[in-house]
Amino acid sequence: MCLGIPGQIVEIVDPEKNLAKVAISGIRREVNITCIVDQDHPINSCLGEWVLVHVGFAMSRIEEEEAKKTLALLQELGEAQKELDSMTSTII
Amino acid sequence: MSSSNPKATRRRSGILTSETINMSHGGGGKAMRDLIEDVILKSFDNQELLMMEDQARVDLSALTKLGDRLAITTDSYVVDPIFFAGGDIGKLAVCGTVNDLAVGGAIALYLTCSFIIEEGLPVADLRRITASMKLAADAAGVKIITGDTKVVDRGAADKIFINTTGIGIIPKHINVGAQLAAPGDLVLINGYIGDHGAAIVGARGDLAIENDIESDCQPLNGIVESLLAACPQVHCMRDATRGGIATVLNEFAISSGCCIKIDEAAIPIRTEVRGMCEILGLDALYLANEGKVVIILPRDQASAALAAMRNHPAGLHSTIIGEVFSTPAETVILKTVFGGERIVDMLVGDQLPRIC
Amino acid sequence: MKYVDEFRDPALAQTLVREINELVEVIEFSKQRPIQLMEFCGGHTHTIFRYGIEQLLPKCIELVHGPGCPVCVLPMGRVDDCVSLAQRPEVILTTFGDAMRVPGSKMSLLQAKADGADVRMVYSPLDALRLAHENKNREVIFFALGFETTMPSTALTVLQAEADGLDNFSLFCNHITTVPIIESILNTSDMQLDGFVAPGHVSMVVGEKPFNFVAEKYRKPIVITGFEPLDILQSIWLLIKQIAEQRAEVENQYARVVASRGNRQALVAMERVFELREFFEWRGLGSIDNSGIKIKDEYARFDAERKFAVPNVKITDPKSCQCGDVLRGAIKPWQCKVFAGACTPETPMGALMVSSEGACAAYYNFGSLPELLALKLAREKQEALP
Repeated sequence: MCLGIPGQIVEIVDPEKNLAKVAISGIRREVNITCIVDQDHPINSCLGEWVLVHVGFAMSRIEEEEAKKTLALLQELGEAQKELDSMTSTII
Repeated sequence: MSSSNPKATRRRSGILTSETINMSHGGGGKAMRDLIEDVILKSFDNQELLMMEDQARVDLSALTKLGDRLAITTDSYVVDPIFFAGGDIGKLAVCGTVNDLAVGGAIALYLTCSFIIEEGLPVADLRRITASMKLAADAAGVKIITGDTKVVDRGAADKIFINTTGIGIIPKHINVGAQLAAPGDLVLINGYIGDHGAAIVGARGDLAIENDIESDCQPLNGIVESLLAACPQVHCMRDATRGGIATVLNEFAISSGCCIKIDEAAIPIRTEVRGMCEILGLDALYLANEGKVVIILPRDQASAALAAMRNHPAGLHSTIIGEVFSTPAETVILKTVFGGERIVDMLVGDQLPRIC
Repeated sequence: MKYVDEFRDPALAQTLVREINELVEVIEFSKQRPIQLMEFCGGHTHTIFRYGIEQLLPKCIELVHGPGCPVCVLPMGRVDDCVSLAQRPEVILTTFGDAMRVPGSKMSLLQAKADGADVRMVYSPLDALRLAHENKNREVIFFALGFETTMPSTALTVLQAEADGLDNFSLFCNHITTVPIIESILNTSDMQLDGFVAPGHVSMVVGEKPFNFVAEKYRKPIVITGFEPLDILQSIWLLIKQIAEQRAEVENQYARVVASRGNRQALVAMERVFELREFFEWRGLGSIDNSGIKIKDEYARFDAERKFAVPNVKITDPKSCQCGDVLRGAIKPWQCKVFAGACTPETPMGALMVSSEGACAAYYNFGSLPELLALKLAREKQEALP
């Protein structure tokens, strides 16, 4: 039960009910952001944040740094493989 | 004035005064004549129609000059909502039928038009629809030359149903057919997929998804004529309506016995249509189109074809999306953006949004 | 699309495939006993098929598709209950699209709709709430199903209904939890699984801790995984690495979304509204203790089962249905006797063929090319016999 899609909070619609507008690839939908709002992250500070949207609720913040880390790891692996290839290809 | 001349009053040209359609408008009497004259004839406005005979009459010799086969097609249009971004049921009814003629290589000439109207439909809606149909017919270069109007009780139809039958002539040298796809051929399309299906889903208020997606509803006979002028040896053409390009490709694969492989990275799809698909879990390959033609032709014709298509307003984003192989037979395979391959099967039932 | 396209990069896929191929060299396996990794969640099954991931893997790795499809494991009797609620004239029955085609013993919700029941598809339970506000003289019932991923949204909707003072809104609650079923699979003697691709969006809610038992008690590697194809491939790589290095740990591949402690607000809402049912029936798997969810007494006025009488009949699957065996991963879909014969997406016998991410529907629609084509040829051969 898992269809979640990343989207960006572009408008706060109703601070009392924790409702915001989220943009997902050019379309927009009202989303309840209760799960990502707390004392450290009051609702108005959430504007512009990227969240994971599932059935009309923002279920989690998407951590840019973690995303970068994951991809960087894979890119480094790829680099290492290329290096190995060029090394082995120069061995006579 | 007319009040002192009963004959003239009785014969006055029809003016529809009521604001909604009611049963008398389908009754065959004066109310119906008012409807036909004030709305339908006024909108469609052509010589054959204005004769107001029970049948339209067309000169045969003029037809046989154009080709050697008569092409006839018919379709009924029941879309809901009847007005949507990028079109309406009337525009669909004209373009859809014109396109069914065009993809057979026929020169589209005439349409019939039958309305089944639910009692209570606002006359303003009907005017809007017929005006839209005239615009579409003019854009396609066809005339609506005969038709029928019926009114049914509230609840017996959903606002309005339209049936159009199209007549065209196929030039002698044109020969297209689903069975003609051959290994080595390339698969082309004239632009973005899924616009119409996504627009209709997006128009559903209950999903509450704000979007600017418009239906791609348009006549294809112009672009097909350009294509055939540049490449008369096109093998297959079909407009990818309900069931999307996946359905058309399967029809081609099954008829020809070939394997069609398409490249996901090459298939054009608008950002917003992608967004709609991602949020609802829909597959754009199965979304309806109303202005897209899938073409299969010999490999050496592809560049000429693309040049001709891209030169036409209906084909600015034309591109190659796949090729034809001999095996596995009767199968459509998608090379995914990720590198793996999977089968693209025919759709079963309607696609429903999912949350899983 | 940000955070989506980067995780569909074919070049990075190739990198991972190469790493996986190198790692499997050190692992012992045989043709009879390949390396078996289970992806629990239906969303993962869908991604695997949609992107043809299995074909990218070496032949010695077999993906076993688990029962994490809440639509697939819904017992027929519960579908019947839902249909009976929908058929009440005062009821507007709202549901996710996934559930509309699941067959009950007589009909599905889609068929009930065709027969005149007011069944409406919604994207979110909040849309059902809106319908309740707009239709004060009707009872709006929301067909709530899903694992822990979806439970918070249902719970928060009930809390909003409470705050709004609504008296015409209720849930037909069929939520289920993940851990008991994973434990049940691990306890099954005929299953030999070497690792788990864990449901990333369940973890997003509950955190990593609930899955520790897989590594600690059962000594199996488990990786919490995202839903893009690169996420799944990376998880497979991490699992193979663990197996090669003889480790059994919980790893979080989906750290960009999953916090190790889960989501506090979601857990609080769930805790307020829901509690465990002692018994819950899983279609094809039988009853599993403490796996089902019901609404707490304080929120009984939002519980459709307490507001209305439902038939509540236990219906067993047809004898030829082998959904249970497929759900547990004991057999592959095409090994089921009725697969692609009596049971197809057009004429489904069991839920695995109805839901788009049920393993059988996935195999049927997306095709695992070699097996499906082999099956097709075998069937054609049979039909050609005099």
